[in-house]
Amino acid sequence: MIKLSLVYVLAGLVFAAFAVFSATDRANRKRLGNAVFWGLVALSFLAGDRLGDLGNGVLVLGLALIAGFGLLGRGQPATTSPDERRALAERFGDRLFIPALTLPVVVIFGVLVLKPLQFGGQPLLDPKQATLVSLAIAAVAAVAVALVLLRQPPLSPLQEGRRLMDTVGWAALLPQMLAALGAVFALAGVGELIGQLVTDWVPLDTRLAAVAAYCLGMAGFTIIMGNAFAAFPVMTAGIALPILINGFGGNPAVVCSIGMLSGFCGTLMTPLAANFNLVPPALLELPDRYSVIKAQIPTALPLLVVNIGLMYVFAF
Amino acid sequence: MLTLLGVVVVVVGFAVRLNPLLVVVLAAFTTGIFAGLSPLEVLAAFGKAFNENRYVTIAYLVLPMVGVLERAGLQERARALIARFRNVSVGPFLVGYLAFRQITSAMGLTSIAGQAQSIRPMVAPMAEGAVEARHGELDPDTRQAVRAQAAATDNIGLFFGEDIFIAIGSILLMVGFLAASGIVMDPIHLSLWAIPTAIAAFVIHGARLILFDRALRRRAA
Repeated sequence: MIKLSLVYVLAGLVFAAFAVFSATDRANRKRLGNAVFWGLVALSFLAGDRLGDLGNGVLVLGLALIAGFGLLGRGQPATTSPDERRALAERFGDRLFIPALTLPVVVIFGVLVLKPLQFGGQPLLDPKQATLVSLAIAAVAAVAVALVLLRQPPLSPLQEGRRLMDTVGWAALLPQMLAALGAVFALAGVGELIGQLVTDWVPLDTRLAAVAAYCLGMAGFTIIMGNAFAAFPVMTAGIALPILINGFGGNPAVVCSIGMLSGFCGTLMTPLAANFNLVPPALLELPDRYSVIKAQIPTALPLLVVNIGLMYVFAF
Repeated sequence: MLTLLGVVVVVVGFAVRLNPLLVVVLAAFTTGIFAGLSPLEVLAAFGKAFNENRYVTIAYLVLPMVGVLERAGLQERARALIARFRNVSVGPFLVGYLAFRQITSAMGLTSIAGQAQSIRPMVAPMAEGAVEARHGELDPDTRQAVRAQAAATDNIGLFFGEDIFIAIGSILLMVGFLAASGIVMDPIHLSLWAIPTAIAAFVIHGARLILFDRALRRRAA
């Protein structure tokens, strides 16, 4: 069975390659910082389960200190110039899209065909992680197709991958760090506390007020926690179940579904949803870290109002 | 009550643009210590959770593929391809991508597109190419606005499509939560009630994309 642990080994090796190439990149003044940073990520993937909790904590602290003290630079692996790229684009034409489309095709193949396969009663892919495993297989397949079809140097995927990884920089680790922060918040009961504050202080005596409080609460709490999944149990237990569903007799499917989607409106507006909102500006080399959030807010706010209206009309 | 100071640390830290990785670690220590844990216990709890969430960082495995295609000229090709269709404007192009992302996500195919594997190498260059084909070379502000709009469109398409699929994490979370509260719910009802919001998201963001396109045209005129 192909499990996530095997994907972790692959990721560990890729990050280890980034670290080694970083260390030898004379064009990057801060090459040591990059080498140690990606090296720590490689260590986490390869040996995270053997480091112990405290060991992992020290590793994370190392990552945060390297990023916080500005020790990360941007590597400059040898790559093609803009003119060469235009010439290559001319030469390869639409063949360039084939490896890029290999990725989604293999993901679909993995999820639809490989996932149900069984050998001797054992599933081929770990069913709980079939999508992630498929994505990893697809990434490898797409690189192989690109190397063969476009005749690129064998080490170029790792060097070019490093170039992009350095473009994203420390932001790459932020989503995982925030997930870990969510766990510490959960341990300390931060969610319940905020939920209690909302129910204590917000008037919920009319149907519209309660609907608005639930939807706005889901969005607001998601903005603070960075994740609608963290907000849902707290807000639903605090407002939706006792007041909207049991009190006003609302349809639980409508209330919960639209409540969750109100949370998603919050996700569009928070820097704490880093993989959606902060990693893309880094990937697209936008100088304003919050540019994607700013592009999303004018959609998120009207949609939140629409959600309140939809829930008010359809739940009762 | 003081455990909420961790949230305050996050809000203030992000607002003054401290390095977010440091902010997160400071917030974890603040909350953990006010919750009665020792600093070493906080560090261990944080490290444990970090290790358990490694799957979040797996997504970067697509970068070598994206990088090698860029090296071979994919962005330039994407730009040239869209420029050949002179009547494709950036607004309708991104509306089309929004529909594609919502529909495929609603079928559970959330991983077939994304910021790293589609927006950076293909969708953003195509969006830029569509504008360039009409207005010539872009100034930096316009280029950034077009890129940010492409990234936003991917997020909105994903968020307001995936909840229509019955086996997505958020639906399973809701079913589990309701079951624990004594309400038995078939996931299909939760999926169906995601459709009205999905349509509203398409209409609102689609209209904004068309207006964005018009504003670009006015600026160029």
